[in-house]
Amino acid sequence: MGSVQTTWQGSKVLVNPAKPMRWGAFYVAEFRIRGMLKWWDAIIAFGLGNPVLYLLSIGIGIGALVDKGTGGTGLDGVPYLTFLAPALLATAAIQGAMDEVTFPTIEGFEWNKTFYSINATAITSRQIVDGIMWAAMARCVIQVSLYELILVLFGALPISSIPVLTVVSSLAGFGFAAVMLSVTVLIKDDDGFFAIVGRFVLTPMFMFSGTYFPLATLPIYLQWIGWISPVWHATDLGRALSYGADVPLWLMLVHVAVPVGLGAVGLLTAYPQFKKRLSA
Amino acid sequence: MPKSDAHTSTDATPELMIVAKGLTKKYGDFVAVDGIDFEVKRGESFGLLGPNGAGKSTTMKMIASTSQRSGGELRILDKDPNQHGPEIRAHLGVVPQQDNLDREMKVWENLKAYGRFFGLKGAWLDNKVTELLEFAQLEEKRNSKTDDLSGGMKRRLTIARGLVNEPEILMLDEPTTGLDPQARHILWDRLFRLKENGVTLVITTHYMDEAEQLCDRLVVMDKGKIMAEGSPAALIKEYSSKEVLEVRFGSENNKEIAKQIEGIGERLEILPDRILVYTDNGERALENILAKGLHPVTTLVRRSSLEDVFLRLTGRTLVD
Repeated sequence: MGSVQTTWQGSKVLVNPAKPMRWGAFYVAEFRIRGMLKWWDAIIAFGLGNPVLYLLSIGIGIGALVDKGTGGTGLDGVPYLTFLAPALLATAAIQGAMDEVTFPTIEGFEWNKTFYSINATAITSRQIVDGIMWAAMARCVIQVSLYELILVLFGALPISSIPVLTVVSSLAGFGFAAVMLSVTVLIKDDDGFFAIVGRFVLTPMFMFSGTYFPLATLPIYLQWIGWISPVWHATDLGRALSYGADVPLWLMLVHVAVPVGLGAVGLLTAYPQFKKRLSA
Repeated sequence: MPKSDAHTSTDATPELMIVAKGLTKKYGDFVAVDGIDFEVKRGESFGLLGPNGAGKSTTMKMIASTSQRSGGELRILDKDPNQHGPEIRAHLGVVPQQDNLDREMKVWENLKAYGRFFGLKGAWLDNKVTELLEFAQLEEKRNSKTDDLSGGMKRRLTIARGLVNEPEILMLDEPTTGLDPQARHILWDRLFRLKENGVTLVITTHYMDEAEQLCDRLVVMDKGKIMAEGSPAALIKEYSSKEVLEVRFGSENNKEIAKQIEGIGERLEILPDRILVYTDNGERALENILAKGLHPVTTLVRRSSLEDVFLRLTGRTLVD
């Protein structure tokens, strides 16, 4: 027969369970990132094309109006695009991370059932959750970085702001992605669910999160959307840290605590759900 | 007593790979596996035989240490899967009933990516992938998309994937269900080679011929319980006759005519489409039937199979 048996050492010699038990989440992330690389050209094209088109239409078009209307001082005393940048980055972060927790999760449970085959190895359900999140965060950072590149080229962002805005917007991506993961695990098939999320969650979150104008200028009955929205928290914190918008320290702490809290709730909900579904 | 003697006597006891005592799995009020006992020794090829819904796959999931038992004891590789799931799974190869290959990956990528989950190194895996492709007779499909493979090829790839960590136990849930006869024979040949080389196999099937081909020992399951246990030959000897005569008189007449041939052979089994006559000499039983002036539409004399054992034990056929 083939050489399979002649070189056979047996898993007791070959496999050290301590390795997957320690690094399993990263093995899952590696697997997901390999999957992502199959679409790298699309990720780059959309990652760059989207901000270019957006900035040309909204940013520069509306920006010119706003800057003119405010007598050239823009909002918060900075050009409109600079004001807009943290919100755009938070949205890009959320979109990128969401893409990597939603469809891969349905694929893993339903379309290819890869989560079941992964769980048949030493990898635990919890490591699968963590691995999906690590991969989602990698995608999130890529998406944000591409957006930042375009913002820098449009002169909307000084290079010095890049590190802090990357961290702040990725935090929003993390919080939202973890919540989405805990919801997606309950879904049997797409059935347009993500289109609904896009229209009724993502869009209002983007519209009413102090994206185009400060949240405080919204009527109070709409402001709550901003308070629970990771977009607003990342946007407001990003504005404070990138160009020094006036945000009190306690509120900055809230801006960190909300996405971290959302992330914790999302993960702690997702862990048992994954375990339940994989062991059914 | 010299030390070496003590050592020899330990070695003479075959290592128990799986021990189940009163193993039970409930889903709410439904009892899928109802207190079963069995043991699997190293190098053995062990079968779980039964119709759909007998509890075979549920038992497999508990052995695979992904589904927790509701009651009883279970030890795999001398560990409790409730406490040591990942450690046990590191040494298992699992071939699920439904191929769960990654359709976006190429054939070789599926093998390599899977090896990574065991923490195996990329360079080592490159060689292993080549070996496994050769074993699965898929060398020419190395760079194909998984979706482009035939059913039999996908099954062989899933089996190859289950071998990537050189498992102590290879578990196969319905390995040839849905395959054409040629694909089944290729697959049996591959599995037989593994068995010859001492890999412990646990196989579920509802195909009798498969169980007879591959299993050293098997349990017959029905409705979550074990009905009988033994080697295929021993089970046939215990629960059936040497030969079986199958006669068909047309589905309208079988029941009526059965009354007339009562007493021929050791036992009769009346199925909707045919009558089975259990006897040590099928030809003579047929002569006796013809002597009564009865004229079956078709007749067949064959050796007893596990199908007959199952029919005897449960009163039902395996594949409905």
